Amino acid sequence: MAVDWRSYKPVLIPDIPNLNDIDVYIKNGGYESLKKVLSDDWTPVSVVDEVKAANIRGRGGAGFNAGLKWSFMPQPDGGPRYLACNGDESEPGTFKDRMIFEYNPHLFIEGALIAAYAMQCTTIYVYIRGEYINWINMMDKALQDAYSKGFIGNNILGSDFSVNFYTHSGAGAYICGEETSMLESLEGKRGYPRVKPPFPAQRGLWGRPTTINNIETLANVPLVINNGADWFKGIGAENHPGPILYGISGHVNRPGVYELPSGVPVLDLIDEVAGGVKNGKKLKAIIPGGSSTPVLRADQLDGVSMDSDSLREAGSMLGTAGLVVIDEDTDMIDLLWRIAHFYHHESCGQCTPCREGTGWLEKILLKIKNGDGEVKDLDLLLDLTTQMEGRTICALADAAAWPVRHTINRFRDEFEARCKKSVHAMA
Amino acid sequence: MKYEFSKEELEQIEQIKARYPEVKPATLPVLWIAQKKFGHVEPEVQKLVAKTLELPESHVHGVAEFYTQYYKKEQGKFVLDVCTCLSCQICGGYDILHYLEDKLGIKNGETTEDKMFTIQQVECLGACGYAPMMQITNGVYVNHLTKEKVDKVIDGLKKGEVPEFEKMEMRKVKPQEN
Ligand SMILES: Cc1cc2nc3c(=O)[nH]c(=O)nc-3n(C[C@H](O)[C@H](O)[C@H](O)COP(=O)(O)O)c2cc1C
Ligand code: SF4
Ligand code: FES
Repeated sequence: MAVDWRSYKPVLIPDIPNLNDIDVYIKNGGYESLKKVLSDDWTPVSVVDEVKAANIRGRGGAGFNAGLKWSFMPQPDGGPRYLACNGDESEPGTFKDRMIFEYNPHLFIEGALIAAYAMQCTTIYVYIRGEYINWINMMDKALQDAYSKGFIGNNILGSDFSVNFYTHSGAGAYICGEETSMLESLEGKRGYPRVKPPFPAQRGLWGRPTTINNIETLANVPLVINNGADWFKGIGAENHPGPILYGISGHVNRPGVYELPSGVPVLDLIDEVAGGVKNGKKLKAIIPGGSSTPVLRADQLDGVSMDSDSLREAGSMLGTAGLVVIDEDTDMIDLLWRIAHFYHHESCGQCTPCREGTGWLEKILLKIKNGDGEVKDLDLLLDLTTQMEGRTICALADAAAWPVRHTINRFRDEFEARCKKSVHAMA
Repeated sequence: MKYEFSKEELEQIEQIKARYPEVKPATLPVLWIAQKKFGHVEPEVQKLVAKTLELPESHVHGVAEFYTQYYKKEQGKFVLDVCTCLSCQICGGYDILHYLEDKLGIKNGETTEDKMFTIQQVECLGACGYAPMMQITNGVYVNHLTKEKVDKVIDGLKKGEVPEFEKMEMRKVKPQEN
């Protein structure tokens, strides 16, 4: 059943002027859901259950049910517990959490506070990539305002719930978006991802129970508390419900962040929402959810919509819903080489298959791009991707391997046409 | 010592330390304070950070080296970080980079003789829908670059005028006329 997106009204970034101002936010019903959960009718467990039932699938890329993740936190033992909010936003093609920092920071803050209450956390950190300095300053201001209104701090709104909330700036390292790398960075170290298990819920920040959630994931939480899990599940695609901030970039007439239900048909997003392909060109391909999600050719998009099931059937993933639109004039070899360069540059170097593998991917693709490649190099590349996958501490190696494999397979002719013949026939 | 923190900065550092159960997590924020003040975090500045936080110099050095936004040596007054990653690449990011290189007579990674400009090619800055774009000295984002806009920005910077903050565009779905 097609999702009715045309009559949808945004709830994450509704069209209310100056909603980033705490007074405007409160006038529009803001912090009511925090009040609600702190009242006698709710307990931490009932909040977790409601959020679990809503099935908010993590918007940071992996799509894990947020409430279910919260339920993995061990029983409180009186010691500190942490919520770490992931605002690293560094996957190429992704630029949507910034929209929340700028237009509706208090919705995120309120969501994080409710999450902290549900998991009985004592401190919340929001980790924001260092390049977003202007938006870090906006968040600092919003947090200050929320402190002064008594929504953060000791005995919030007269309850016995107390929590602190701080920003923490990154400093230019994509890998710090990976959750355990982010924990290392919060601890003031180089961002080397940790071996799992132990999982962060067991041993996270400073060895204490910690949950990591994406900014957009948490921004959905007050809406679920206010309107109920059933309301949330009624929005968009059945297995991946709720609003989505689609970041649309590349060759479209009106790129930008759009809030719509999950499950919008890809072609509707391109043609109607984003105003169609630029300069009247034909669509060649898309990358649906950030650079690591496999590219899809235009002829693979009939009936495909932006939800995890539909994209999986088509051979890709929803990722961060950062949709990159690619027109007919785009050189796929150039494009893939640049993606490979990115992952090589950002590999932290701890694991040999990743450190060496990303280096080779980039090097061989550069050779092909320069016209010096041979057809056998394509098979070497494919072979490398299988050697990298699933053998490393974190998923960066997989994220580097997928686009290479799928771009070559889906545009094989174009790659071969750029290669020299490998074998000279014997006379 | 050549580098020192002021009394206000030391107070700010104390406040930052109070946010964490240990001192080490203050490393990144204090490196930021140092860079803001001195314009870079070359080894002598790293030493100051280590001394102030009473942490080993090797730790601070390791952190400073790991993160690309910390300038390990002096840069031009304005560092132009041009994104050439995915969305910017396909929207002309390299054209902008090369145009800037020609205009300023330097290559990626270099600084002009008058120490005004440094050009750096960078990875995705999370502004893909506003491609091609650049960031100026770990600060403002300049979106939807064209050659004309680059000319204007550079002329302004030469006079010390940093471009104003550009709001993200609030996109609405246009009503369909069937
Ligand atoms: C290499 C790598 C980079 C990542 N970058 C980000 C990021 O920038 N932002 C984000 O929210 N999640 C990122 N993730 C996913 C996080 O590890 C984690 O799954 C997520 O923050 C959990 O939040 P969620 O369940 O609410 O989505 C990244 C993962 C990997 C492997
Ligand atoms: S997979 Fe790559 S990025 Fe991840 S820990 Fe290993 S080397 Fe580092
Ligand atoms: S690709 Fe340039 S900002 Fe994302």
